[in-house]
Amino acid sequence: MKTVFEKPKALSDVPFHYCPGCTHGIVHRLVAETIDELGIEGNTIGIAPVGCSVFAYNYFECDMIEAAHGRAPAVATGVKRTHPDKVVFTYQGDGDLAAIGTAETVHASTRGENITIIFINNAIYGMTGGQMAPTTLPGQVTATTPYGRFRNIQGSPIRVCEMLSTLDGVALAARVTVDCPKNVMNAKAMIKKAFQNQIDGKGLSIVEVLSTCPTNWGLSPKEAIQWLRDNMIPYYPLGVYKDCDTREVK
Amino acid sequence: MGKKVLMKGNEAIAEAAIASGCLYYFGYPITPQTEIAEFMAKRMPKVGGLCLQAESEIAAINMALGASASGVRCMTSSSSPGISLKSEGISYMAGSDLPCLIVNVQRGGPGLGGIQPSQQDYYQATRGVGRGDLRLSVLAPNSVQEMASMTCEAFDLGDIYRMPVMILADGALGQMMEPVDFDSLPHREVPEKTWATNGHGGKRKKNIINSLYIEPQVLEDSILDRYKRYDTVKANETKFEDYMTDDADIVLVAFGITSRICKSAVNACREQGIKAGLLRPKTLWPFPSDKLREIASHTKHMLSVEMSMGQMVDDVRIAANGQCPVSFFGRTGGMIPSTEEVIAEIKKIAASLN
Repeated sequence: MKTVFEKPKALSDVPFHYCPGCTHGIVHRLVAETIDELGIEGNTIGIAPVGCSVFAYNYFECDMIEAAHGRAPAVATGVKRTHPDKVVFTYQGDGDLAAIGTAETVHASTRGENITIIFINNAIYGMTGGQMAPTTLPGQVTATTPYGRFRNIQGSPIRVCEMLSTLDGVALAARVTVDCPKNVMNAKAMIKKAFQNQIDGKGLSIVEVLSTCPTNWGLSPKEAIQWLRDNMIPYYPLGVYKDCDTREVK
Repeated sequence: MGKKVLMKGNEAIAEAAIASGCLYYFGYPITPQTEIAEFMAKRMPKVGGLCLQAESEIAAINMALGASASGVRCMTSSSSPGISLKSEGISYMAGSDLPCLIVNVQRGGPGLGGIQPSQQDYYQATRGVGRGDLRLSVLAPNSVQEMASMTCEAFDLGDIYRMPVMILADGALGQMMEPVDFDSLPHREVPEKTWATNGHGGKRKKNIINSLYIEPQVLEDSILDRYKRYDTVKANETKFEDYMTDDADIVLVAFGITSRICKSAVNACREQGIKAGLLRPKTLWPFPSDKLREIASHTKHMLSVEMSMGQMVDDVRIAANGQCPVSFFGRTGGMIPSTEEVIAEIKKIAASLN
């Protein structure tokens, strides 16, 4: 019989712990497909720090490191600088990358570390049960913003790709989502480009994936997709914020 | 004996690290250890290595964690407030069974404290830095030569026992210049790092570097395994210098720069007919408890001399286990006890013994 669909080889054949409707599963698959297509599994080291994806070391077949909350870009720096011929990626959530690990994110970016960052932005802390993230939207109710997020109290959300696109070391900063097949295909293309950039030695590539958290948003998976479209995409427009391939060389 | 080179303690650590095959240094400037980073910045590019200045102590220790995880020899260094910031990463290294050399050139605290030498981080180094149920191998040099030789020992210990190793120095040892012989540095055989996350290449199963065990029984088992290794370290790697303790009525216990002051005081007291001796722990963990217990069984008094308000004295008391009185003398906040002060303290004790 002809095989028309199978699990990527770089994805471990184990059950995920992710909640029903969470988009981590799709993004994991896209990363694994990319690793398969580029033929780099044996050459790749993945780093997943604290957050919902902390068990990612169980889900990818390449060598994996579990890092402290926020520190994955620093750990990745240590791996990549000592093994420049290897492919190194981090897989981080919004609290990890844009709150506790902001310094590591910004400085790995400005140093132009030749690594790939997959950034899951679901506007909430998932693993701890739905608290405010640095990317929680204005007015959004979370466990620690029970009356909504207010600009004068909690400040405004961080737009990570826009911020990082100002840094010279960044080769690619792109925001994608996985709410429909077309966007999944686009996300895949960006993730693959982010890995290819590293193989080509172009510098740091970050792909921000707008994601859902049905459990902590208190919505069904279908409602969560619609909430993402109605609320997240307007605040976090999809697109390529920086691409060294299209930038004019002075 | 080879040719001796006049060097600062901090520079001796850096040179010895490179001689040990450490080609990766991650650091952040802080007085009084910055010479290590500056020396590395000059030397590493010339030997094909890397000296990377991180954005913080936190980033530096995590860069070292990544480098160590992928199987290379690496190190970081700092001084007291910076070690506090590195504590998280050190705990993750211990929990992930990663070797790494961490140098603490101590200065006075707490808080920002001062920049003069201190031994106030003894508790931090020996009591589970970061968070608990972990040990570092802690080496305490007392000369620039030992800053070099213990650096080499630290890398070997880390690789053999898969644990982070700390050199607990102080601002005086870091800044002072003494002749160093780099030709007689120690070297041990170390096992291959088959656990490293450096790409499986399709030739082995994937490796995972991790300190997370969500099942309590699995976590307990991992800690018990590690503590078995710690027991081996205790049995094989406890080091000390015994200076005239055999017939001593008063035995001083001191490490690092303080031990040199104490040795002068012991010599002066011996000349005046007071039977003093010195036990210098060269490893603070494992601590030479058995040796001290044996000494406590035949001496009349033990005196712990430290540049702190008294931290190691707790370990001396535990070792003595009530067999003889144990007291403390020290200066703190960056003050160094003078030989005269220590002699006066010994004489006071001697008078009380008669």
